Amino acid sequence: MRIPQLAVAVAAAFAFAPSAQAQTEIQWWHSMGGALGEALNGLATKFNASQKDYKVVPTFKGTYPESMTAAIAAFRAGSAPHMLQVFEVGTATMMAAKGAIVPVATVMANAKEPFDPKAYLPTVTGYYTDLKGNMLSFPFNSSTVMFYINKDAFKKAGLDPSKAPKTWKELVAAAEKLKAAGQPCAYTTSWPSWMHIENFSAWHNVPIGTKQNGMGGLDTQFSINSPLHVRHISMLGDMAKKGLFTYAGRTNQGDAKFSSGECAMFSGSAGAQAGIKKAAKFDWSINFIPYHDDVKGAPQNSIIGGASVWVMGGKKAEEYRGVAKFMAFLSRPEVQMDWHTSTGYVPITRASYDLTRKSGFYDKNPGADMPVRQLTNKAPTENSKGLRFGNFVQGRTVIEEELEAVFSGKKEAKPALDDAVRRGNEILRQFEAANK
Amino acid sequence: MEKRVVFRSAWLPYALVAPQIAITLVFFFWPAAQAVWYSFQLQDAFGLRSQFVGLQNFAALFKDGNYLASFKVTAVFSVLVAFFGIGISLLLATMADRVLRGALAYKTLLIWPYAVAPAIAGVLWAFLFAPSIGIVTYVLKGFGVDWNWIINDNQALLLVVIASVWKQISYNFLFFLAGLQSIPRSLIEAAAIDGAGPARRFWTIVFPLLSPTTFFLLVVNMVYAFFDTFGVIDATTQGGPAQATQILVYKVYHDGVKAADLGGSSAQSVILMFIVIALTVAQFRFVERKVQY
Repeated sequence: MRIPQLAVAVAAAFAFAPSAQAQTEIQWWHSMGGALGEALNGLATKFNASQKDYKVVPTFKGTYPESMTAAIAAFRAGSAPHMLQVFEVGTATMMAAKGAIVPVATVMANAKEPFDPKAYLPTVTGYYTDLKGNMLSFPFNSSTVMFYINKDAFKKAGLDPSKAPKTWKELVAAAEKLKAAGQPCAYTTSWPSWMHIENFSAWHNVPIGTKQNGMGGLDTQFSINSPLHVRHISMLGDMAKKGLFTYAGRTNQGDAKFSSGECAMFSGSAGAQAGIKKAAKFDWSINFIPYHDDVKGAPQNSIIGGASVWVMGGKKAEEYRGVAKFMAFLSRPEVQMDWHTSTGYVPITRASYDLTRKSGFYDKNPGADMPVRQLTNKAPTENSKGLRFGNFVQGRTVIEEELEAVFSGKKEAKPALDDAVRRGNEILRQFEAANK
Repeated sequence: MEKRVVFRSAWLPYALVAPQIAITLVFFFWPAAQAVWYSFQLQDAFGLRSQFVGLQNFAALFKDGNYLASFKVTAVFSVLVAFFGIGISLLLATMADRVLRGALAYKTLLIWPYAVAPAIAGVLWAFLFAPSIGIVTYVLKGFGVDWNWIINDNQALLLVVIASVWKQISYNFLFFLAGLQSIPRSLIEAAAIDGAGPARRFWTIVFPLLSPTTFFLLVVNMVYAFFDTFGVIDATTQGGPAQATQILVYKVYHDGVKAADLGGSSAQSVILMFIVIALTVAQFRFVERKVQY
């Protein structure tokens, strides 16, 4: 297996890139398609041009689950890439795979690259850091969930377009007025579990699971059937019944419902802005997500979504030096600013956030700094720095199935969330057993 | 007089079937055996640690009410797909058999959908029936039907059945057409002279003579509905809403490929394997008796 591969690689190197002999190639598998993929390739090209020793080779491997599956298969066959972009829900799976991965902090320390975890935004790094403060993966593209309103529809319904609903009470009142004014869909959401369970919990400073949302150990349990969770989900169920909330689906289907003008209010990824900018034929605004104003301490801060870059194990020291150099390059404020302003993902270091502000980008693009401000609204607590649940791909599916049962009127909120906790915990126990 | 060719050499016949047997072993038996082996194990995603857990994966599945519910969904789904897939293509084939002008174009067009990958078929139908922007949705709204399969489970099931049936009709059509063309004209003409109408000729002559084809297609369509339709589901409903369209094979795909739970997924595929073996045996034992060759 090894020898023919090596032979092919050597042959390819001689045949196509005679000048690249001295360079060490760093393979990077990712899931950024379209415009995002171009921005990512731009980063690699810039890095490759900035020095002569290393060459980062990005390869698009399909959606997040697809590239993760591909990397797992490649690892089992002994040909994993050096770097792999993994979505946030895959974090626990990667972290548990000791031997398959190398913590980023270790890679940086071994290569003696200057690396200060404190330079990064706490809500961003918290998600990818172990309890001892070691950064495990490199936060690459991070977003969060935001709340959007259609200002024209607000005007038509006799609402003040400059005042987006701040609380759920205000949102329900606005939805009733919008519906009365003939709006076909008042409110919708993308990513229901991420918005209405995960970020909802962080925003109200209540736990999603025990053991610091799973960060403190594999023996964690879900706690999303608390009275506050039940109250929120049953409110959404009621709204669905009254036609004030239109369910759009499990992924980003809500985006199109908002940008087409069908829905007047919408919660979705900060990354949806680019698409809305392009498609919307109306005036809109981006805002903080609503909260229940009688909950003490709310709003706290929201948590991130998106992906981080993991370094795979079993490679040569020289190659790891290249990986470290590339990650140091990615952390540079000007590189971060470029990525942030061209893609809409949040800047991951304080320095790049300040640099972007000084450049006047936020004055020209009002609302572009809202995601960072919402993420850093308060210093993150145990409940709001992120989550780490084993096999959360299945866990999220379970939550979404139970939410759908509520939104379609099949189940009450309480039994549905109880079932989500019970079924979710079974998945967690299985993961715990498999990774002991 | 039956003519039999007998090989003189003892090893030649085995050598001749060896490639076929090798392919079957490598591509069917080996993966199946591996699935059985994995189903007794608990593994992490990267295969770094694995432990033998006996029947624990199976016990967990049968304790799970949602997994049992997915049997019912699979049964309803497969029966609908097989019934409509066979029924509609039989109708189309009998019609095509009578067409005199433009028969070739008509037949070619009917065979086209077979070349479409299941995932693409799913996406096509998902677009047509998209809850707010689909063309069909728009027409249905004109008739006062509120079409939203994102939240309505019966509509979701209907959508995946339509997409799966559409995809399979071409295959069934080909076999029925071939079957129809092998029925001697003289039989049908004799019945016509005796005064039997088209419906009567169909049910007393054509349908019984087609029964071997129909039986074959019943087996093939059941297997198709059980195994090949996860692409359609993944591209449209992904098993939702709630679990209204979660058929067994989709859960195998979701848990194994998307969620990297190899043990659980393998246990499910072993169960699925036994169901299909049992179904095929049952079909051959009980249904085949009614078939007239």
